[in-house]
Amino acid sequence: MPLIKQGRIAADPFQSVADGVALPGEGPILIGLARWQEERGLIEPRNTAIGVRLKPAEAVGQLAGDLDRLALVALEFPKFNDGRAFSQARLLRQRYGYKGEIRATGRVLRDQLLFMHRSGFDAFEVGDDITPEILAAEIETFSVVYQPAADGKLTASALRHPLPASQLTAGERDVPQVSCKCAH
Amino acid sequence: MADQMVTANRLTDGAVVFLAADGSWVEHLAAGQAVPEGEAAAAQLKRAEAAARTEVVAPYLIEVGPGADGGIVALRYRERIRAGGPSIPWLADSRAEAS
Amino acid sequence: MYAYDSYDRTLVMERVEQFREQVTRRLAGQIGEDEFKPLRLMNGLYLQLHAYMLRIAIPYGTLNTAQLRKLAHIARRYDRGYGHFTTRQNIQFNWIKLSDAPDILADLADVEMHAIQTSGNCIRNVTADHFAGVAADEIEDPRIWCEIIRQWSTFHPEFSFLPRKFKIAVTGAPHDRAAVKVHDIGLRMHRNAAGDIGFEVIVGGGQGRTPIVGVTIRDFLPKEHLLSYLEAILRVYNLLGRRDNLYKSRIKILVAAVGTSKFAEMVEAEWAELKDGELTLPATEVARIEAAFAPPSYEPADPFPPDVIAKRAQSKDFARWMRSNVAAHRQPGYAIVTLSLKPAGGTPGDATAGQMEAIADLADAHSLGEVRVSHIQNLVLPHVKRSDLPQLWEALRALDLATPNIGLVGDIIACPGLDYCSLANARSIPLAQQLSARFADPERQQRIGELAIKISGCINACGHHHVGHIGILGVDKKGEEFYQVTLGGSADENASLGDIVGPAFAADRVVDAVEQVVETYLGIRQESERFIDTYRRVGTTPFKEKLYAAH
Repeated sequence: MPLIKQGRIAADPFQSVADGVALPGEGPILIGLARWQEERGLIEPRNTAIGVRLKPAEAVGQLAGDLDRLALVALEFPKFNDGRAFSQARLLRQRYGYKGEIRATGRVLRDQLLFMHRSGFDAFEVGDDITPEILAAEIETFSVVYQPAADGKLTASALRHPLPASQLTAGERDVPQVSCKCAH
Repeated sequence: MADQMVTANRLTDGAVVFLAADGSWVEHLAAGQAVPEGEAAAAQLKRAEAAARTEVVAPYLIEVGPGADGGIVALRYRERIRAGGPSIPWLADSRAEAS
Repeated sequence: MYAYDSYDRTLVMERVEQFREQVTRRLAGQIGEDEFKPLRLMNGLYLQLHAYMLRIAIPYGTLNTAQLRKLAHIARRYDRGYGHFTTRQNIQFNWIKLSDAPDILADLADVEMHAIQTSGNCIRNVTADHFAGVAADEIEDPRIWCEIIRQWSTFHPEFSFLPRKFKIAVTGAPHDRAAVKVHDIGLRMHRNAAGDIGFEVIVGGGQGRTPIVGVTIRDFLPKEHLLSYLEAILRVYNLLGRRDNLYKSRIKILVAAVGTSKFAEMVEAEWAELKDGELTLPATEVARIEAAFAPPSYEPADPFPPDVIAKRAQSKDFARWMRSNVAAHRQPGYAIVTLSLKPAGGTPGDATAGQMEAIADLADAHSLGEVRVSHIQNLVLPHVKRSDLPQLWEALRALDLATPNIGLVGDIIACPGLDYCSLANARSIPLAQQLSARFADPERQQRIGELAIKISGCINACGHHHVGHIGILGVDKKGEEFYQVTLGGSADENASLGDIVGPAFAADRVVDAVEQVVETYLGIRQESERFIDTYRRVGTTPFKEKLYAAH
C-alpha cells in the first residue's frame, strides 16, 4: 500500500514483521507491542530503526519509556469508525512528546485525514484513492479550528485574543502571541 | 412460499422505489416485480446492488402478497407505511397560506 | 444570544463547501454509500423510511427571528411545508432531497445555522434549560457554557469517531428543565460553600435499551476547568468504551462496568495531566461569550397590568392559559410564554411554515426577537411584557398555539415513530393524537394537574418514555402494534426511571388504559399531590390492579 510522508509517496524502509515470523537479518523492522516488550534484548543490538505497531486497545503509556528508541509508531484504524487511534496519536505527541513518525494504517478514509493530521499523524498508509495532492487539500479544508490539538494550529479563541504589545518582548512582537497555552 | 420484491431509496431524493421487471426503479409497489423467495429473490437483490452506486441506496427484499382489492401489497406493516406514506396526514398551512 | 464572528462564519462556510463537494462525489458515484454515510450523518442527513431527513442544530434551543424565518423558508422550498421540533431542541425536516442538501446548508449558513454533528458518533447538540437567562430560579445562564462546549466539540479531531453518540446537557437552575441526569454528561451549575459558581458533573445517564440515571463524579468543578475536564472524560470514553456491540457502546455502559468511583479516578487521573493547560480559555474569551448572553435592557414594565387582571377575571380561557402556559420571569413585569405545539389531536412538536413565520413576527413584536425550543417539543417566547399577554394570547389562539396544556396531560412528547422512522417498531403519533383528543377538555387537564406522558416507538427511546410520569413504549408483537406502559419516571432533579406496570396493551386498548391510570390516580391522591407524588407514595399496585383486573 502506498505510504505518504512529507507530502509525497515515500518508500517504506520498515519491514513489517508479523508475530511468530523470524526477524530479518538486517534492516528497520516494525513489530507488535508484545514482541517489542518480550524481545527487545534481541532487537536493540541490531542497531537499526525500530517501529512498534500499537493496536487500538493497547495503552500508549506502555511505550512511554521507550519512545526515544523508536523511529516509528504505527497506529491502526481497523474500521474507519474506530477512533481510538486519534487519542493514541495525541497522547504520543502531546503527552509524551514523541518526535518520531506516527503512521496511520488500516481503513484510512479521505475525510478523516484532517483529523489524523491534527491528532499528530505524519505518515499515512493509503489506498489508491488518496494521493499526496488529496491529502494536502484535505488538510486545508478548514482554515479555522476551535480546539487545540497536536498540530499546534492557533485556535479561534487564541486569534480572537492576541496578547497586547506592551506584554511582549522585542523579539516576540514580530510573531503573533496569544493568551492561551496552545501546543506548538 | 411468499413472494418478495426489491426495494430501495433513490439516491438523489430519497424516494422509496421498487425494482421493476425491466430493471428500472419505480415509485409504486404495484409496478414492481414480485419474485419467488429464495434464488430468484437473491438474484434480484444482486441486480439491485450492482445498480446501487449511482441510482439507489440500501436495496433490500420485502415480502409481498395479494392485497384485499386484488393488487399486490407489502405484507409487513412497516413496509406498507413505507410504500404508502405516513398513516396520518401531516400538518398543513391553511390559514397561514391565506395571509 | 451568541452572534457569529468571522471565525465562526468561516468555519460554517467551509463546512458547507466540504459537504457540497462530498455530495457531488457521491452523486457522481465516485464514492459509495459505505464511505458517504458517515459523512452525511455528520451533517445531520439520515435516510429514513420515506426520504432523507435533515436534522438541523438549534444550539441550546435558542433562535432569533431571522433563523426561524429561514427554517420556514426551508420547510416551504425544500420540504412539505412543516418541520418537527425534537427532544434535543433541534428541528427535523422529513422530505429532503440529497441533491438539495448542500443548498439548504448554504441557506442555513446565511443565518448562522448548520447541521453539524447532529448525527454520528460524535458530540451532539449541547442542550440547555429552555428558560435559560430568564427563569426566576436561575443561578447562571447555562448557555454561556453550552456555547463554549459547542465550539470546543465542533470538528474535534480526537472525538469525531467515538464508540457511539454523545449527548451533553447543562442546567443553570436548581429545578432541572434540561434533564441533565439522563445524558451522557449532565452539568448542573450551583454554588459551593464559598459562593463560587461551578458544575456538578454527572455522567453515564441515558435512556434507550439500558436506561440509567447518571452518577455524580465530581460535586464541584470550577468553571475555568470545564473544557479540560470534559476532554478527560471524552478521552477515557474514546479509548475504553466498547466498540464490539452497538447496544453496549454508550458511556453509561462503561461507567456501570468499571463502577462510579473507578471511573471518576480514571477521569481525574487524565484530568490531572490536562488541567491548567492549553484548554484553559482566556478570561477575555469567556467574557466575550458571557457578554453575548447578558440580559437585554428590559424596558420598565408593569408587574400588575390592569388589562391582564381584568381579562383574567373575565375570561376563563385566558386565565387557564396563564396558569399553564405562562411562567415567572426574573425581570419584574415580564413573563415567559410557552407556545403549545400540542393541540388536541395534533402531532406533538410539529409546526407549519406559516406558523413559524407568524411566531417570528410575534417574537419581534413581543419577545425581543428571540424564541426558544423546549426538549418537550414546544416553543417559548422568553421576554414577554405582562401587559402584552392578552394581545399575544389572542394572536396565538388564532394560530392554534395557545392550547392551555403545558406540563399537563395533553403536553405529550412523541417521537416520529413508525410513520417516519426506519428504526421504529410501532407508531407513536396516532397514539399521541388519540390521547390528546381523549383528554382534550382543558378543565379536566387542569384538574388532573402536572402529568407528563412520553411516547417512544422503539427501544431507542427518542420519546424519552423512561422518564415519563406515564411512559409508553411501542413494540411489535407478531406484526401487531402493542404498547407497554411504565409509570413513575421523571426527568428533573429528582430523576427516576419508570416501572413497567404489566403486559403491553393492544393499540385499541392503550388509550383506555391510560385513562384508567389517570382515574386511579384521581381516586387516591391526597391533598395537592401531583401524579408523580402519588405514584411514589403508592407504587404500581393500585394501578396494576385497575388495569389488569379480570373483566
